[in-house]
Amino acid sequence: MDRAATAEKIAALIAPFNKKGIAVTDATSFAGDLEFDSLTVMDFVAEIEDAFDIIISMNQQAEIETYGQLVDAVVKLQG
Amino acid sequence: MTDLFSKFDPIIAQRAGLLATGITDPFGLVMEQVISPTVALCNGRETILLGTYNYMGMTFDPDVLAAGKQALDDFGAGTTGSRCLNGTYSPHKDCEEALKTFYGMDHAMVFSTGYQANLGIISTIAGKGDYIILDIDSHASIWDGCKMGDAEVVPFKHNDIDAMEKRLKRIPEGAGKLVILEGVYSMLGDIAPLKEMIAIAKRHGAMVLVDEAHSMGFIGPNGRGVAEDQGCLDDVDFVIGTFSKSVGTVGGFCVSNHPKFEIMRLVCRPYVFTASLPPSVVATAATSIRKLMHAADKRAHLWANSRTLHQGLRDLGFQLGTAEPVSAIISVIMPDLERGAAMWEALLHEGLYVNLARPPATPAGMTLLRCSLCAMHTAEQVQTIIGMFERAGKKIGII
Ligand SMILES: Cc1ncc(COP(=O)(O)O)c(C=O)c1O
Repeated sequence: MDRAATAEKIAALIAPFNKKGIAVTDATSFAGDLEFDSLTVMDFVAEIEDAFDIIISMNQQAEIETYGQLVDAVVKLQG
Repeated sequence: MTDLFSKFDPIIAQRAGLLATGITDPFGLVMEQVISPTVALCNGRETILLGTYNYMGMTFDPDVLAAGKQALDDFGAGTTGSRCLNGTYSPHKDCEEALKTFYGMDHAMVFSTGYQANLGIISTIAGKGDYIILDIDSHASIWDGCKMGDAEVVPFKHNDIDAMEKRLKRIPEGAGKLVILEGVYSMLGDIAPLKEMIAIAKRHGAMVLVDEAHSMGFIGPNGRGVAEDQGCLDDVDFVIGTFSKSVGTVGGFCVSNHPKFEIMRLVCRPYVFTASLPPSVVATAATSIRKLMHAADKRAHLWANSRTLHQGLRDLGFQLGTAEPVSAIISVIMPDLERGAAMWEALLHEGLYVNLARPPATPAGMTLLRCSLCAMHTAEQVQTIIGMFERAGKKIGII
């Protein structure tokens, strides 16, 4: 899946977690802008993992702060 | 200068806010005198202990105390050394023999605490390029063991067999895999479906570590824990345990049948770079462990206590962590931290000590009053406890 398609699929998965309905850009941060707490992060990561059939380990999660970084990471993890 | 402590401001404020309501500090309790495994003097008041994890009431067992006193006289107050250097005395070896017999396993390694056992074993056996797959509700010592090592850490939803299997399937071919589970999860007192989970882990070529801290001594036909109870202990590669609960003293251990297990004594840093337990402590532990092998009556009484308390609290209308009593922990779910703390204090005034647990130690942001039963609680004490919960619950407006 290319970056655009991956980004679109992730955006759709973020929607139900985007409680305030803010506009999501590559720079949108999960903790700051989307106000994800640790429980939300767990549920959200599980959804992404299942949707793309990948693993995003905690070690990798630590490097991902924004939507753009997540898209890049998922593109890479899909190989 | 940046004050390195400013990161603690939110918790300092939360704590100050709670104490400003005039409540007794739930994390500042001092026991002035301990009368028995189930009763202590707190603030001058005789208090029933229902939050000590002293499941089998071994802390004042006369044989256990005698063994400790003898070892104090024979070996002194402490070893002043690492297990690898001058810190292994015959009582340490004897304690490891007791553990091997208790679990029917080939190897046993005693650590200074259970925390260090998890820290040491996990961070040492799972290295760079390996994968750890663990339950999201794992104990802090398990998480810290993961953090200290170099493996990739992959959590899955609590007790969710499918979520675990999906993640196992996605791990790259050929990578080393360690699945970490607990027998009893101490926050809600629920147990893991170990039989199914371990079968899946094995099918995917993973090694399995099970922390049985809260099951030793009373779950399973021989008190070996939840894995024994579910008939899958033979498939567990590493059992982690502690002396700080059923055994009634302090210390931690790992038992295993892995043929190369003994090398851990040289490569496991939280074993090597710390002093060994005092000989009196391991002597009390060894005596206690051997007595736990023949404690069927006490076990039966502990289970009866657990069932009575669970039923009694449920009948009063409290919300509990498990639908049925499946361990010696009965967790009472509080509506929020304020009322949880108020309930905790009301119980203390009644003369009952329970554990107040709050986020981040608890799952899903819950505030819990955790009750851990003891085989030495009498049936009358359990009824007294239920009465205390009723009065306190009504006073605070929870029931
Ligand atoms: C599941 C679990 N593992 C390990 C530990 C650590 O045990 P210890 O008190 O011996 O450090 C505890 C208890 O605190 C625990 O609940």
